[in-house]
Amino acid sequence: MGQIQLKQVTKSFGDVQVIPPLDLIIQDGEFTVFVGPSGCGKSTLLRLIAGLEDITTGHIEIDGQDATDVVPAKRGLAMVFQSYALYPHMSVRKNIAFPLRMAKLNQVEITKRVERAASVLNLTDYLDRRPGQLSGGQRQRVAIGRAIVRDPAAFLFDEPLSNLDAALRVGMRLEISELHKRLETTMVYVTHDQVEAMTMADKIVVLQAGVIEQVGTPLELYHTPRNTFVAGFIGSPKMNLMTGGEAAKHNAHTIGVRPEHIDVVESGGQWQGTVGVAEHLGSDTFFHIHNTGLAETLTVRAIGDVNLKHGDTIHLAPRVDEIHRFDADGLRIA
Amino acid sequence: MATKASRSAARFMMAPAVVLLLGWMLVPLIMTLWFSFTKYLPLRGDSIDRGLDWVGFANYSRFLSSSSFWPSVQTTLVMVGGVLLITLVLGILLAILLDQPMWGQGVVRILVIAPFFVMPTVSALVWKNMLMDPVNGIFAHLWRFFGAEPVAWLQDASLSSIIMIVSWQWLPFATLILLTAIQSLDSEQLEAAEMDGAPVLKRFWFIVLPHLARAITIVVLIQTIFLLSIFAEIFVTTGGAFGTRTLTYLIFQRVIDSQNIGLGSAGGVYAIILANIVAIFLMRIVGKNLDA
Repeated sequence: MGQIQLKQVTKSFGDVQVIPPLDLIIQDGEFTVFVGPSGCGKSTLLRLIAGLEDITTGHIEIDGQDATDVVPAKRGLAMVFQSYALYPHMSVRKNIAFPLRMAKLNQVEITKRVERAASVLNLTDYLDRRPGQLSGGQRQRVAIGRAIVRDPAAFLFDEPLSNLDAALRVGMRLEISELHKRLETTMVYVTHDQVEAMTMADKIVVLQAGVIEQVGTPLELYHTPRNTFVAGFIGSPKMNLMTGGEAAKHNAHTIGVRPEHIDVVESGGQWQGTVGVAEHLGSDTFFHIHNTGLAETLTVRAIGDVNLKHGDTIHLAPRVDEIHRFDADGLRIA
Repeated sequence: MATKASRSAARFMMAPAVVLLLGWMLVPLIMTLWFSFTKYLPLRGDSIDRGLDWVGFANYSRFLSSSSFWPSVQTTLVMVGGVLLITLVLGILLAILLDQPMWGQGVVRILVIAPFFVMPTVSALVWKNMLMDPVNGIFAHLWRFFGAEPVAWLQDASLSSIIMIVSWQWLPFATLILLTAIQSLDSEQLEAAEMDGAPVLKRFWFIVLPHLARAITIVVLIQTIFLLSIFAEIFVTTGGAFGTRTLTYLIFQRVIDSQNIGLGSAGGVYAIILANIVAIFLMRIVGKNLDA
């Protein structure tokens, strides 16, 4: 079990309120990702759930029990830190066993559980090494191992992949997703990387300045962003947002079109401009287009290798039914 | 920076300092070694001009067999051990305290360092006359205020008193080194331990203390080297009486009070050997620390 509910939670540091009243339910077994730009309060929110920071007002319930004043160790949550926070003077075995030792389990049970966790995470060969002798990915797995031995109600991940290189990050992303499928335990995951959020989450919580902008499945957020912030934050490359005359044609203050929803055409087309930079990835080509009269730059994705280069004129046809419309407050017009 | 030219230039520029240092250390060392093998009693008319009699290892065996030798070694060990224990325990506590965010942290830290800047003779005199004087000392007044009989510190608890004075001088050193070590501890490790269910004392025992291990070794070794040669504090307060005669002080008495330079030199050679054993350990550990 691991249902977490936040009720009117606020957090202030001195006079600065970093999290205004906030309500959120994380269902049992769900993989929830908090995503947002740096400084949006996502890590603070995670630390509030963990109990490492005291909430200023409001309540936190874990499995229906009020956990607001419960100390971190008694909340039944396990956390994986950004720096992994392994104990450098202890072997991998002792690191993983530490929470069990603190819980005063007997030695036989500890050994059994540590070896089970190690085999789940492919760490069996490294049990007697020190963290300093391990690679980044292995340290990450030890940190996860230390979390899973306790059989926690929920796992909390604080940007766990940000210290890994790109290739390893993709690998660990898959491993964590697979771990979630196997354990079916609630996981709360903080990241600033929307790709991680899109690929791993059952539910994404988009935060900005401590305020929840939208909660939904990855595809809900992609297809129906509630406002311009979510529209611009989710999806890569970013959605093109335009105001002015073009928006007025669609009876909106702002319109948004994703780069993949604009087709490159030979001639005609509704819009045109000159190619600034063309990024050829092989499978796709991204064009950054200037002088469209719509926005400063327009990003367009073309499938395959399209042979246009810097300075060429490009003709564009947006898919009209994929245009998102927003009002003057930035909210979506249905 | 490691071309052949730059290396020889570095050697050339270092040479004066090395030569000076070698001369400064080697001349007294060789003279001590020489005297330790001779009969050198200036009051009986021995002098370098007239030539000294070679006596072999007689001074060494006499120094060892003297009834004062083993007690002085014991006193030295008790003093060094006592000071180390007090400075480490209080140093760790103070370092943890100073690591807490508090008002006026900068001023408090400077105040903590202050005793280190006071000369040993001065601080020993201050303790002797201002604090520990059995008639007019602050402790005596304090004792009388609570209706107790004032303690004649430097007579009745002489060794403890000296340990107290020396600890007071060395506490800042231990505190500073331990404070920097504590500040380098990753706070996420403590938070992880908190999540893992370790209460405050266990976090200290399992996380903070192992993290401090290296700093503690350095404090122990550096202090040991300096504490072995403690002299001013004993000279100013008890003059080696009431069981405060350390090895260093014994050598001083052999040379100055007994005017037996040969015997004192032999003691000096023992002290050199003792200090070097400690120094070898120190070099290895500090060296390892710098490599890491």
